[in-house]
Amino acid sequence: MSNAATQNKGFAAVLWDYLTTVDHKKIGKLYLYAGGLFFLLGGLEAMIIRIQLIKPENNFISAGLYNEMITMHGTTMIFLAAMPLLLGLMNAIMPLQIGARDVAFPFLNSLGFWMFLFGGIMLNVSWFTGGAPDSGWTAYAPLSTQSPGHGVDYYVMGLQLSGAGTLMGGINFLVTIVNMRAPGMTYMRMPLFTWTTFVVSILILFAFPALTVGLFLLMFDRMFGAAFFDVALGGNSIIWQHLFWIFGHPEVYILILPAFGLFSDIFSTFSKKRLFGYTAMVFATILIAFLGFMVWAHHMFTVGMGPVANSIFAIATMAIAVPTGIKIFNWLLTLWGGSITINSAMLWSLGFIPSFTLGGMTGVMVAAAVADYQYHDTYFVVAHFHYVIVGGVVFGILAGLHYWWPKIFGRILHEGMGKLTFWTFFIGFHLTFFIQHFLGLMGMPRRYWVFLEDQGLDTGNLISTIGAFFMAFGVIVFLINAIYTAVKGEKAPADPWDGRTLEWAISSPPPHYNFKQLPLVRGLDPLWIEKMEGKGKMTPAEPLGDIHMPNGSIIPFVMSLGFFIASFGFIYQTNYDIAYIFLFGGMAIGLGSMLVRSLKDDHGYHITKEELEREAD
Amino acid sequence: MSHDHSLNPETMPHNPEKATLEGKNKFLGLWFFLGGETVLFASLFGTYLALKNSTAGGPSSEELFGLELVFIMTMLLLTSSLTSVYAMYHMKNNDFKKMQLWLGITGLLGLAFLSLEIYEFYHYIHDYGFTFRSSAFGSAFYTLVGFHGGHVLFGLCWLTAIMVRNAKRGLNLYNAPKFNTFSLYWHFIDVVWVFIFTVVYLMGKVG
Amino acid sequence: MANNTNTGNPDTFHKQKHKDEMIKQLITFVLMIVFTIIAFVVVLTGMDKFFAIPLLLLLAVVQVGFQFYYFMHMKDKGHEMPSLMIYGGIGAAIVTVLALTLIIWW
Repeated sequence: MSNAATQNKGFAAVLWDYLTTVDHKKIGKLYLYAGGLFFLLGGLEAMIIRIQLIKPENNFISAGLYNEMITMHGTTMIFLAAMPLLLGLMNAIMPLQIGARDVAFPFLNSLGFWMFLFGGIMLNVSWFTGGAPDSGWTAYAPLSTQSPGHGVDYYVMGLQLSGAGTLMGGINFLVTIVNMRAPGMTYMRMPLFTWTTFVVSILILFAFPALTVGLFLLMFDRMFGAAFFDVALGGNSIIWQHLFWIFGHPEVYILILPAFGLFSDIFSTFSKKRLFGYTAMVFATILIAFLGFMVWAHHMFTVGMGPVANSIFAIATMAIAVPTGIKIFNWLLTLWGGSITINSAMLWSLGFIPSFTLGGMTGVMVAAAVADYQYHDTYFVVAHFHYVIVGGVVFGILAGLHYWWPKIFGRILHEGMGKLTFWTFFIGFHLTFFIQHFLGLMGMPRRYWVFLEDQGLDTGNLISTIGAFFMAFGVIVFLINAIYTAVKGEKAPADPWDGRTLEWAISSPPPHYNFKQLPLVRGLDPLWIEKMEGKGKMTPAEPLGDIHMPNGSIIPFVMSLGFFIASFGFIYQTNYDIAYIFLFGGMAIGLGSMLVRSLKDDHGYHITKEELEREAD
Repeated sequence: MSHDHSLNPETMPHNPEKATLEGKNKFLGLWFFLGGETVLFASLFGTYLALKNSTAGGPSSEELFGLELVFIMTMLLLTSSLTSVYAMYHMKNNDFKKMQLWLGITGLLGLAFLSLEIYEFYHYIHDYGFTFRSSAFGSAFYTLVGFHGGHVLFGLCWLTAIMVRNAKRGLNLYNAPKFNTFSLYWHFIDVVWVFIFTVVYLMGKVG
Repeated sequence: MANNTNTGNPDTFHKQKHKDEMIKQLITFVLMIVFTIIAFVVVLTGMDKFFAIPLLLLLAVVQVGFQFYYFMHMKDKGHEMPSLMIYGGIGAAIVTVLALTLIIWW
């Protein structure tokens, strides 16, 4: 059962290939495509919000639609754009960085992707079935339990599906990093991006179950008449806030840490220096993750938890500034005295430092519980989290895309367009969000549909909207760049940036088995060591032999489809009995696929030594 | 498919569940999953503790719970934990028949546990009118205990699948990790139950 | 050394080791049963709840420790990562339970 030679395949064959793939590089691409699409959707929603707020008492969209826009913008950007794009980069790059041929659970990996995609589709189907969720991305009870229609039901089921997918992805990465590192790749020789993937996966593992439970409670309240958040029957809506933020705060570190990791790799590559303070960077990452778990209640200062709880959470939150500061200084010292190349990837990284530091500073401000009573639910908070999420995560994703595009797609992005994207987006970003700090301090509340004239908010909002158009322009240039590169872009060599880590030791894009022979790792920045010692390529750690590969499978797709159908059943069983057909039918498909997977032995196949020898180096 | 031999060696290694990379991966993956499950059940326990006095005029935990049934259920589940240890003992000695036998006993004990749980729920609903919808306490109780019961049910289905599947092929390096991960999962169900009988039933009785 | 695939026995050394292990696990099981009975007796005798609740929790924690370390072999070599993740999960679990019992207003 050796793999057929890949010739010119028809569209159907390519589609089937991607539907059944268990190759982490292809799954990475799928994450990037799907995440990119949702990013555009979320961006469109953001533009609609900003157009609505371009002038006082605007009537561009109705109040109800506005609520749906803000909810879907937040939910889409966090769950369906930022996370999948990062998971895409992790999938595509992390196994290469540790010198692995594959991930630990290829099947689970593909299942995770399809669960996420169907969850995302689920959420967006709500636009066409009578209204999207409208109780904010945080879906606070009792607003969310009282919200009429099925919008919030879609939120619950969509996030449940995609959350399950993310959890699978996290476990897969953890086991991959623990069990499948190349010979010599000790923990303290792993590139920072791999380290952050590891730490983030731990966060996913411990944070997502809280969301799962929260969503179940909300689901039971809305669909099966439970009373968790129903005060009349003794329910308590604070439970939702706790569960949501026990998940939600680690979630922001789940987003930012991979960005920290890839910035570290980029700074070190383009400064031609070993990362300054590698060990400190690793421990700072772990410390941020640890503290990130202890601070969720700072989102709830105004709930009335009492002065003791507020103080504890305020101090713990401010403590996070210490390891983050360590990181900022280490990046600066990596640049110090380096032989620096400035290209698009590096521009995003350099732009990240001041932008993110600003967001971190306002973070310490909102962490002060007393002052937070003033900032809470104003545009100051909106400005703060966009500074960290756009200035940190989105810059990170774009930096990572420019840096690894050659490795993933085999072609180098156009530099000129890359720089144009950066400058327009960077200027637009600060134009949009810097002014929002002041709007917030002047008392403009977040999530309001309109604001009144002549209260000092008119100019600020206008400037903010103009900035949003700059950002949109930047994104469009990036899209054109991606298409241009796919058609006529420069073919990438194996190592276009004079890289230091293992992913640059193999061709771009890599063969489906990654490494013909597993490399022998002799230290941090293994490829750079070989370059400095004049060899320029990795020493194999094993003789050429047969390579074991997993078989592709359509089961993950079918299983996710089953749960997707069942979700509709859950939502509509409150109105129509016929929905039970979908509920039980969908569950039968989902669980049936699980059974098939369990009953059917799948031993994978081997690429023989002869085949490998035939393929040119 | 030339490697069937490598999964069916002449002599089994003495840790067949961890002899292959796939086996090691499964072992670690299941442990990590259990780490996540810990937080899942903690969230449910927290919710239950927050709502256990919110009876909305219905029966309280002291009036509701009877300890005899819980004691029997506890004994059944604890014993099933031991029988699955026996099954793993025979797996390590490469005695497939005895392993299947002990796994079968484990399954029956689990089934008995589940039946008693269903009877318990039925009893509360019919004799006390205590339902999922009657109060926040009711919702929290049925959700926490029901999630555990759901895990037992899933475990039983899983066990049946791997036992039937491998009945004719015997033990090899491909399915040994599967039996081992099941047994770890089953112990974890018992761990959760230890806290349920302590926190929900015994502490519910104490007040 | 037997050469039959599925009925063959590993060497006697390992067999004896497995047997010793099994005896330990049997002792563990007996202790768990005893602890369970103590817990039920504590409740039936109507002990004051300020003593009873900590005692019940202690008994539960010890039982769970037995499950993890003996039945699930966390005491054996090669369980560093599993221990890390279980303790991480327990840490997150404690924080969650404390939050939901202490800072929810009532």
